[in-house]
Amino acid sequence: MSLPNRKREARGRGASPASANGRSTRLSDMIAAWTLAGPALFLLIVLFFLPVLAVFVIALTDWQFGASTLSFVGLANFEEVFADRGFRASLFNTVAYVAIVVPGTIVLGLAVALLIESGKSFRAFYRAIHFLPYMATLTAMAIAWEALLHPTIGLVNQTLAGLGLPTANWLRDESTVLPVLAAIGIWQNLGFAMVLFLAGLKSIPQDLYHAAEVDGADLWLDRLRTVTLPMLGPVFMFVFIVVALKAFETFDTVQVLTQGGPGHASEMLLFTLYRESFQYLRTGYGASVAVVFLIIVVALTLIQARVMDKRVHYQ
Amino acid sequence: MMTRVYSPSPTTILRHAALLMTAALILAPFVWMVSLSIKPPGEIFRASFSFWPEQFYGVENYTRAVTQAPLLRYMLNGVIVCASILALQIAVCAPAAYALAKLEFPGRNLLFALVLIALLLPHEVLALPLFILGAKVGILNTYAALIFPYVVSPFGIFLFRQFFKTIPDDVVHAARLDGYSELGIVWKIMIPMALPAIIAFGIFSVVSHWNSLFWPLIAVRDQALMPPPLGIMAFKNEEAGNDYGPLMAASTLVVAPLVIAFLSAQRWFLEGMAGNAVK
Repeated sequence: MSLPNRKREARGRGASPASANGRSTRLSDMIAAWTLAGPALFLLIVLFFLPVLAVFVIALTDWQFGASTLSFVGLANFEEVFADRGFRASLFNTVAYVAIVVPGTIVLGLAVALLIESGKSFRAFYRAIHFLPYMATLTAMAIAWEALLHPTIGLVNQTLAGLGLPTANWLRDESTVLPVLAAIGIWQNLGFAMVLFLAGLKSIPQDLYHAAEVDGADLWLDRLRTVTLPMLGPVFMFVFIVVALKAFETFDTVQVLTQGGPGHASEMLLFTLYRESFQYLRTGYGASVAVVFLIIVVALTLIQARVMDKRVHYQ
Repeated sequence: MMTRVYSPSPTTILRHAALLMTAALILAPFVWMVSLSIKPPGEIFRASFSFWPEQFYGVENYTRAVTQAPLLRYMLNGVIVCASILALQIAVCAPAAYALAKLEFPGRNLLFALVLIALLLPHEVLALPLFILGAKVGILNTYAALIFPYVVSPFGIFLFRQFFKTIPDDVVHAARLDGYSELGIVWKIMIPMALPAIIAFGIFSVVSHWNSLFWPLIAVRDQALMPPPLGIMAFKNEEAGNDYGPLMAASTLVVAPLVIAFLSAQRWFLEGMAGNAVK
């Protein structure tokens, strides 16, 4: 797991006292440094920090696209957002979706990683296949999924009917649409979790397995329980947060497959954000949704940062 | 190893059986997509399990995919946008990362803190103000609209800084004595030495932007400017999802470049995409 380590290093001291033969405080050096870093700083401000501020400002005002005046309305936009049944459904769906995708991805990703690590043959082959969905264009794959889930000619219903099981109109039925989108989410992210778990498994010292065996952990399941899973602890937390963030940011499948429907059954936060801001042009409402979304994402990331800091003590 | 038995034991067989099963489930959408893309309409709607069609219709479907919709144009747009974004990101991020890693100057820690904060921000939250900015500058519905939000990558700065820090200071001193300017050091010394990080970042950047739908949906309306995901969505909506063959052919063509690149350079892709974990 080199990547979380990198992040941790970054949180430690700033750059090493690298620099140049003691002449570092000279004015010309300062100018040189800011010439190199200036464009990036300018763009960070214009493309990240001012927009974030603007989202908060818009969320607190009644400003509309193209309007020349605005007045502060306090939290009125947020009140409207939270009073809206559509938004509450969207928030609830997103949380439910995340609650299916995260455990599903972690359990299956870990299972596949353990299976791959438990033998020597075809490792790269299996790893490649399971990772494929993570980098395949999701918009295009969503179209393939739609064909697969087609009520009459789709492979899923054909197979179920062939086995004598009940079929469904998966994407048009309120009770199945969200679980089906979640299944697609698991399908897409499983390989990513697998890669992180594989890296975590590689970093477990072999000595621990020998020691566990000496201590009588003869069965694979014993070693899994006493060595593998505890040693993977930090990786678990990391995968948990990263997959949760990805799941919260789900947009493509909703946009391509369901448009949030039927009813509000598959509406999720980013889709609501997009539709309100850019289709209905409800600027203040859209900005408020963006703020809610931002708060959730930042909270998750801060938890991740805390956990990563704890890892230092753990090791 | 967790299994200590090396002859083809029941465990080994079980391992392959389980992995082949999950692999089959993972591959099902890809296989179904390719299968439909070479079937004639009659066979698609007759609903059969066979992968290979009785009548090979691939030529017709793929021809229609590239003639009915400007699919090749979409893919060219994808290449233009991804290449521009990556080139600008490296041009902006590498010098800043070098300053953060190897120079001491007042404000350095503050700048690094800003990079870390920007790393936290999901891009979708910024879409509304960036859309307004694009409208004010008058670049909406151009290539520039697709590119400008991404010209600076906090992740790129962060990743390059970490890598540059592992390069010994002596290398920098020696280059200064040889008369290199600071910018010369970045381009001629640091970037070549940090090539693995650059490649990993490049893969991450290209994959994310080739695949991204959210911002292009907002930034452009003109079909001639659409990148592949947006283009294929437009194609689907026009066809009302009835003309499965050409639609699946188009999807296959959009997915193919990254899948082929991934299969031929697996190690690099795994490194580059796992980099996403930091974000």
